[in-house]
Amino acid sequence: MIEIRDIHKYFGSLQVLKGIDLNVEKGEVLSVIGASGSGKSTLLYCINGLEKIQQGSIRVDDVDVHAKGTDINQLRQNLGMVFQQWNSFPHLTTIENVALSPRIVKKKSRAEARDIAAAQLKHVGLGDKLDVYPSALSGGQQQRLAIARALAMEPEYMLFDEATSALDPELVGEVLDTMRLLAEEGMTMICVTHEMGFARDVSDRVAFFHEGIMEEIGPPKQIFGDAISAHTQKFLANVR
Amino acid sequence: MEYTFHWRPVFRALPDLLDAGLLTLQVAALSMVFGVVFGLGLAIIRLNARGPLLWAASTWIELARNTPALFQLFFFGFGLGAFGWHLSPYAIVLVGLSFNNAGYLAENFRGGFKALPPTQLRAARSLGMTATQAYIRIIIPQVLRIVYHPMTNQMVWAVLMSSLGMLVGFRELSGETQFFASKTFRIFEYFAVTAVIYYVIVKLILAMSRLLAMRLFRY
Repeated sequence: MIEIRDIHKYFGSLQVLKGIDLNVEKGEVLSVIGASGSGKSTLLYCINGLEKIQQGSIRVDDVDVHAKGTDINQLRQNLGMVFQQWNSFPHLTTIENVALSPRIVKKKSRAEARDIAAAQLKHVGLGDKLDVYPSALSGGQQQRLAIARALAMEPEYMLFDEATSALDPELVGEVLDTMRLLAEEGMTMICVTHEMGFARDVSDRVAFFHEGIMEEIGPPKQIFGDAISAHTQKFLANVR
Repeated sequence: MEYTFHWRPVFRALPDLLDAGLLTLQVAALSMVFGVVFGLGLAIIRLNARGPLLWAASTWIELARNTPALFQLFFFGFGLGAFGWHLSPYAIVLVGLSFNNAGYLAENFRGGFKALPPTQLRAARSLGMTATQAYIRIIIPQVLRIVYHPMTNQMVWAVLMSSLGMLVGFRELSGETQFFASKTFRIFEYFAVTAVIYYVIVKLILAMSRLLAMRLFRY
């Protein structure tokens, strides 16, 4: 379980998170929606410790992410992250991209890491692209590569930071399908997204962020059909 | 007055000159190895550190880039000598060139680091890699590609700069040439042949570099 307690986050004097409280249960799919700059991506970065917080606490399976003694590299293995800019490692082939961390972080043998990587690439539908460089892949394929790379660490949680925002429209579908597949397999997911269809169909709950505050959280039916907050209503009216 | 060319003594000395050429290549190559290692360190410090470490790195880079290479060699030769530290001529040239290469390369590397999207580091760290693993596996290989051609230039420059070694008593290619030329007074002939040797060494380096690039950078 991920437990977020009253976190505050500043970039210099700008406060981007203003006291967020949130629990994410195992197996849950949570979508986080809201305008750019509302703090939703920052929340993900705080969860896996890529950004520090100035107040509050985040616990992942009872481990305090921001505590001094926490082995953050150990913790991150359990928190797969997929970025908006897909960030394939351009100097490594597809399979090397995926096999690298199992080998050097988890200390698996070369053969074992390769097997894991091949299996995960097949999982996301890139089984026929093992030995090409990312430059030969489309944006959608590179994003699926990034998903396979995160999955190869066998995380229990996956964090998606606007995984489809940088893609050409015709490539969005294949990435969303992969994310749907993971959700069906029971992966715990936090998806920061602008894909309202995905948020409505796939999530167990949807959270709406506005200017650093979580304005509203609830089942998709409630958020999309019967939002309480005027900000949520206005946002949804504008994106639809 | 007419000058008669005498090439025979030069050709007799050719094996010695070629040996000295190898020594030149060796000291330049080693100084590049040290230059790359220290240059990477200086660039990383300059981009990330604060306080005395940053000051020390910046001073190194400034001195290496803004003073004559010859003065740098003199410093490691006679300067340190004044404090009772006596290096061999070989060591003076190696240390001096490494110092100079590191300073120039550090600035190239800094540009290389800046050219990479910062999200590459984040992606690597998000997979559980330590900062060191992320740098060695993900960041530095990409930076080395970006600065590959400036690095080749620096290697060529190191070969040519090593000729300053003759002024601190190092018998590399120029030192050896000077030695023979002053013995026989066939100064023009010796230096003409040596120029050809330098030219061939540099051309070989450029050809090697091109071959290596084809093997290394398939992406």
